[in-house]
Amino acid sequence: MSAPGTIVSALPAQRIAGLDADFWRRVLIALAVMIAVLLPWAVSDYRVFQFTQAAIYAVALLGLNILTGYNGQISLGHGAFFAIGGYAAAILMHKLGVPYYLTIVPAGLAAFAVGVLFGLPALRLEGLYLALVTLSMAVATPQFLKYFDHWTGGSQGILLRKPAAPLWLPIGRDRWLYYQVLIVLLIAFWAGSNLLKSRTGRALVAIRDHPISAAAMGINLPLYKTCAFGVSALFTGIAGAMAAIVTGFVAPDSFNVFLSISFIVGSVVGGIATVSGAIFGGIFIQFIPNIANQISDAAPWAIYGMFLLGFMYVMPKGVAGFIKERAIRYRQARESADADEAR
Amino acid sequence: MNFDRRILLIAACVVAVGAVAFVLLGPQKQPGPPVVQKKYGPGASDTEIKIGNINPYSGPASAYGAIGKAIGAYFDKVNDEGGINGRKIKYVTLDDAYSPPKAVEQVRRLVEQDQVLLVFQSLGTPSNSAIQPYMNENKVPQLFVATGATKWNDPKNFPWTMGWQPNYQTEAQIYARYIVSNVKEPKIAVLFQNDDYGKDYLDGLKQGLGNDAAKLIVATKSYETSDPTVDSQVVALMNSGANVFVNVATPKFASQAIRKVADLGWKPLHILNNVSTSVSAVLKPAGLEKAVDIVTSAYHKDPTDPQWQNAKEYKDWLAWMQKYNPNADLASTFNVYAYSVAQTLVQVLKQCGNDLTRENVMKQAANLKNLEMPMLLPGIKINTGPNDFAPIKQMQLQKFDGTTWRLFGTALSVEGS
Amino acid sequence: MTQLTQQILSGVATGAVYASLALALVMIYQATESVNFAQGEMAMFSTYIAWTLVQAGLPFWAAFLLTVLISFIGGVLIERVIVRPVHDAPVLTHVIVFIGLLVILNAVAGWIYTYTVKEFPSPFPSKPLFGGAITGHDLGVICVTLAMLMLLFAFFRFTPLGLAMRAAAQNPESAKLAGIRVGWMLAMGWGLAAAVGAVAGVMVAPVLFLDPNMMSGVLLYAFAGALLGGISSPGGAVLGGLIVGVLENLVGTYLIASELKLSTALAFIILVLVIKPSGLFGRVAIKRV
Repeated sequence: MSAPGTIVSALPAQRIAGLDADFWRRVLIALAVMIAVLLPWAVSDYRVFQFTQAAIYAVALLGLNILTGYNGQISLGHGAFFAIGGYAAAILMHKLGVPYYLTIVPAGLAAFAVGVLFGLPALRLEGLYLALVTLSMAVATPQFLKYFDHWTGGSQGILLRKPAAPLWLPIGRDRWLYYQVLIVLLIAFWAGSNLLKSRTGRALVAIRDHPISAAAMGINLPLYKTCAFGVSALFTGIAGAMAAIVTGFVAPDSFNVFLSISFIVGSVVGGIATVSGAIFGGIFIQFIPNIANQISDAAPWAIYGMFLLGFMYVMPKGVAGFIKERAIRYRQARESADADEAR
Repeated sequence: MNFDRRILLIAACVVAVGAVAFVLLGPQKQPGPPVVQKKYGPGASDTEIKIGNINPYSGPASAYGAIGKAIGAYFDKVNDEGGINGRKIKYVTLDDAYSPPKAVEQVRRLVEQDQVLLVFQSLGTPSNSAIQPYMNENKVPQLFVATGATKWNDPKNFPWTMGWQPNYQTEAQIYARYIVSNVKEPKIAVLFQNDDYGKDYLDGLKQGLGNDAAKLIVATKSYETSDPTVDSQVVALMNSGANVFVNVATPKFASQAIRKVADLGWKPLHILNNVSTSVSAVLKPAGLEKAVDIVTSAYHKDPTDPQWQNAKEYKDWLAWMQKYNPNADLASTFNVYAYSVAQTLVQVLKQCGNDLTRENVMKQAANLKNLEMPMLLPGIKINTGPNDFAPIKQMQLQKFDGTTWRLFGTALSVEGS
Repeated sequence: MTQLTQQILSGVATGAVYASLALALVMIYQATESVNFAQGEMAMFSTYIAWTLVQAGLPFWAAFLLTVLISFIGGVLIERVIVRPVHDAPVLTHVIVFIGLLVILNAVAGWIYTYTVKEFPSPFPSKPLFGGAITGHDLGVICVTLAMLMLLFAFFRFTPLGLAMRAAAQNPESAKLAGIRVGWMLAMGWGLAAAVGAVAGVMVAPVLFLDPNMMSGVLLYAFAGALLGGISSPGGAVLGGLIVGVLENLVGTYLIASELKLSTALAFIILVLVIKPSGLFGRVAIKRV
């Protein structure tokens, strides 16, 4: 089977309108950030809440993309790391009285630790076997949460106080939370894309594409693969903590198998092995079920499933992969047109 | 002085005309003695009352989606018959996939975007726990929630949340009493679903047994909804040497347990929770002969039980099902449940009259007196008050005779303990 | 009879359920080298077809055969219409298409047949045997599963078509050169897997009762059983399924709180796989570089 994606930066720098492609990429990012900043002033509080959730999912998907997309280790159980982050934050807030903004980093670290531990057996397993193991993890998560009810509140879950905006800042709670999530998202994406562009990122991709050559080049396979699990869990755990804060409630039912399945769906539909794909994926898993519900409340999941198939037919490499392909084709068309002119 | 007199005269005329006009027109407009002005909260108007609902139409609990649909079907009937005090019900029902975060999101949509007057029958303990703070903070009625947890009867802390069905703990306490007074040296084995619903029953049973609970309950085994069968659990429970088997399971697993108990030749006093009393959906798949002498308690009628099927109440229900909910399952108790709870809401809205504010909805919901419902068991009465947010507090014990449930004893009430 | 024997016997009975679905998973793996996550839902849907036929008055075995045939055609159609367009896409795209198929089948079944639990007739006597630990039907399921196993073994081993299918899955390029129509072999593989799944569904429905979520719990166990036994070995998959069934019962009864029995059973299986990654009876995949 072919590798799930191709390396992005392998393209030669192209010049459009006298400026190179990297410049245009930056302009696009700046534009996207500007839209994200202004968005809450154009829509209702309820929509702001929805976009906050989509942003949280995007951070979680970024974590999954690092592992499954860039490192080639399939995970059908990332809901477990989301749950660990969420419960870590909830327990810190509820049992220990830690202010909410101080819970995000410890929650991420907790998920990191579990991720590394989980990465160890995963070293021996590949493909289907890893899929089974991670799927088992997703199935077992709610059971563990119910079992350790002294800490987790059992099946009743933990109710949290939702943070309000400070009095001097008259923007309302939803926008306040949105902006905080947005800041975390920007940091996460900045860190994530830098990591993937670095030596480490190239090593991860090399391991995915050709483990033996990678090892021959002196890449420490076990170390990198376990770290990929840990870092991936870190991002997803941070997202889980934010989800707990924004929803104000955690319960085992919030973290069932369907969440994990949604993650892999969002990740692939958005574009696996791309950074921007996580954003599209986050938007997909947040909004498509609602749209499906709007189309048919008799069998919303049938509609959801058809959306999935439709997306996969039209864009087998996900939304981000699709856009990238189009861009490349457009560029090639222009090049050949330029060449024709020059002739 | 002429001038003053003229003004006086004109004033007198105006008053007289006004009085005549009031006498002629007034009473026609306002039949009731107290002249109440129309008052509307969000979602209510002269022509419409907007009601929100969330239900799991997808996901692991999608079986319950039937309730949300049936409620809509009942409101269709109400609207066809002229609505409530001339206002049509607009029912907005959304899917929460039994996921608490999704429930929060959907309820916010109902309240903020669709502007509903109230949220009705939101389903599931986790989802309702998640939305409860939001509903109470924003003072939106969270009415007749579809869960049997005890915590919905807490008007002091959550004056905008109200339950409906008898809670699981109450029911379990009824069983505890029955066991203690009917079995000599009871040794109890419990099969329960590993979630809030199963644990509530277990807690209720322990409470009902009091200090002896630890001694009387000799074994407990749980199952997950993802388990294919509960055979192993039943085998283990039988081997504990118990003579009472409390079956706290949802329909499919309850059936499996009934069958397994009979196959094993185990003959305990078999107590079945109310969730799984359907003759056609639970007892028939297991084998009716295997279900003889099972004891349970109930508050509504089982549509597949022959003893109700000749009465007018059942025929009305059947006519509604056939006309408005034709694709739904006639054997499912969900449709009886939905019918009765929707009727309760209609009663509340009728009582509200022209004062359709959220405050008045809660006031009237807490003002139901001895309400009897056609598809609830005879003798079960709905009562609420400012300090009593538990509408149904009674249940009646019944025993299966091989074809139908036989009620015995009187309606039992335990609430308030 | 001691509890131990009872638990083992009842574990064998549920294990047979896992084994029959595991067999369908192996079947499709043999034909396409991928695991179909929608296999359980396809089996469930087939069972509803059988139920409809039985309700329409057909005798059990006639309905059974007709269902197997319809499922075979359905499987071929699914491959041709739904899976074919993404044939060249990456593995993960396939996984997503399978998930899409899974949710569609589940939702459509719920929509057509509602979620109310339905009883399903059994062709075998339901008489309890060995003190009730196992019933006549359970024995019947085990026999049918074993019969299916032997049929499949014979099919792949002794028929040209079976050989062609194996070739198409393991080395499509060479198979093509040898004149095998690889595309149709894949479709046949889907058809056969759907047919095996239909048999599994009809056999387990009397035990689990029929509802749209009937197979969602079973799939994970079957998957675990198939991998434990070795996904490339039908016999291993059946044995794997039985082991999972027994293991789960023993863990739940003797080891720890039954709340964690599934998790513990899975942990055991993972441990086995870590030690022996190709399963108990699987071929060791030799990687070529």
